[in-house]
Amino acid sequence: MTPGAPRLTRRIAEVGFLAFCWAATALALIALAAILWSLLSQGVGGLNLKVFTMSTPAPGSEGGLLNAILGSLAMCILAMIGAVAVGMMAGTWLSEFAKESHYGKVVRFVNDVLLSAPSILVGLFVYELLVRPMKGFSGYAGALALSLLAMPVIVRTTEDVLRLQPTALREASVALGAPVWRTIMAVIWKSARGGMLTGALLAFARISGETAPLLFTALNNQFLSFDLGRPTANLPVVIFNFALSAQDNWRRLAWVGAMLIAVAVLAVTIIARLSTREPKRS
Amino acid sequence: MNAQTLDAPETKVLALPPDEVCLQVQGLNFYYGGKQALFSVTAGFKRKAVTALIGPSGCGKSTLLRTLNRMYSLYPGQRAEGQVLLDGTDVLSRGVDLSALRAKVGMVFQKPTPFPMSIYDNVAYGVRLYERLGKAEMADRVEESLRRAALWEEVKDKLKDSGLGLSGGQQQRLCVARAIAVKPEVLLLDEPASALDPISTARLEETISELKGDYTVVIVTHNMGQAARLSDHTGFMYLGQLVEFGETDQVFTNPATGRARDYITGRFG
Repeated sequence: MTPGAPRLTRRIAEVGFLAFCWAATALALIALAAILWSLLSQGVGGLNLKVFTMSTPAPGSEGGLLNAILGSLAMCILAMIGAVAVGMMAGTWLSEFAKESHYGKVVRFVNDVLLSAPSILVGLFVYELLVRPMKGFSGYAGALALSLLAMPVIVRTTEDVLRLQPTALREASVALGAPVWRTIMAVIWKSARGGMLTGALLAFARISGETAPLLFTALNNQFLSFDLGRPTANLPVVIFNFALSAQDNWRRLAWVGAMLIAVAVLAVTIIARLSTREPKRS
Repeated sequence: MNAQTLDAPETKVLALPPDEVCLQVQGLNFYYGGKQALFSVTAGFKRKAVTALIGPSGCGKSTLLRTLNRMYSLYPGQRAEGQVLLDGTDVLSRGVDLSALRAKVGMVFQKPTPFPMSIYDNVAYGVRLYERLGKAEMADRVEESLRRAALWEEVKDKLKDSGLGLSGGQQQRLCVARAIAVKPEVLLLDEPASALDPISTARLEETISELKGDYTVVIVTHNMGQAARLSDHTGFMYLGQLVEFGETDQVFTNPATGRARDYITGRFG
């Protein structure tokens, strides 16, 4: 083999591959930057104290997003509590106990189907399950719909992250005489907490902007309400309604709402990342 | 092959006087599913002494070690036949309390496995499973264990720091401290130095030789020098059989079996 020729093709291939990777990354980042830019440039202008102190206005009058912010917060928190509790346990079961069992495979498959189920279907499901029998839209129905969307994400990521934990770590705890439940709770979960948190954040990010399932469940509420048993205002549906309207102040509020969701997801992500940092080697 | 090798016996296992034996393995067969990994192994591990297990990769050293604390019970496909007597009770029998067994038989693994918690909690983790100690007592126990593992001087000012922040050698000594904190009788060491640099290895070896007055130590190692330096008895395993077992000096200087001689002189493995 002559040294010159293959080296040249190898160099070309390397440069070409690298350039392709760069281009793909740049494309993704440009799209992200463009979205963020339009959100910020349109949203910041409408930002003022009234956004956080007043409820959604009637056409033409002044108002804010207080009822929608509170409603979204309440439903998202409630949904995440349910989804994390069930999702974490199910993911742990799949990773630590079910492994290759037949039942485990079925559960894993069903969860994957649920993971990619259209959110509007989940909304319709909860509509039939809760809204119709109870004869009314409610915040609880909204929280349940969001919870069903978040849960499969958490199941999946929990299982994946727990499977990455070294066998030696499990054996080390068991070798000290610890029962399996204690090994999982005190060692494995702790070791995997960064990844599990990322899973919960992904789930939170997914549900924080969901509109379709809330249209069938929580609907909307023009007024400030602390009763989740009644229709509940929320940012995504408000954005949906206001963005399509002809009212200038409504459209401005829609931009502000969209920006608030983006900023909230970003803030929660950053805080969570900082709080689960791995210790540095001394 | 020389004439001596041809005359040598197939296997030679030294039988220790029963009162000196802490752990007695009797006719042990081990199976990974349908595949047999140990073939009627019989050996006695002397109380408060170090026994080394050597042999080529896949010969069953670690498997033998993992039967001694029933580690294999974690995995449904694995099973053992025969007897492993610890102070007269068969640890392989069904009714054995695994938690109590593992309190008596501690283990340190090939790679350091510090738990994701502080140095102090790493050592206290095992103790908390069995004993309710007051704060001061627990602090004493942690200090004592870390001292015995020769780690105290290096970590005494940062007990609250994460165990993951230590170097590899320190992590391995932390694992030793964690194992001895529950006051076991037996310590199983599964190639404890294979992931460490030479200096950390030397320190770990010092620690192990200081421990042997108080614990029955069984160490699996690929490092023949380590086996020769540390152990009182040595077992040579090959293809799932215990081929030769005896005083370390004798096994290394004048092995009785041909296969042990070939392995130790570097002819295979």
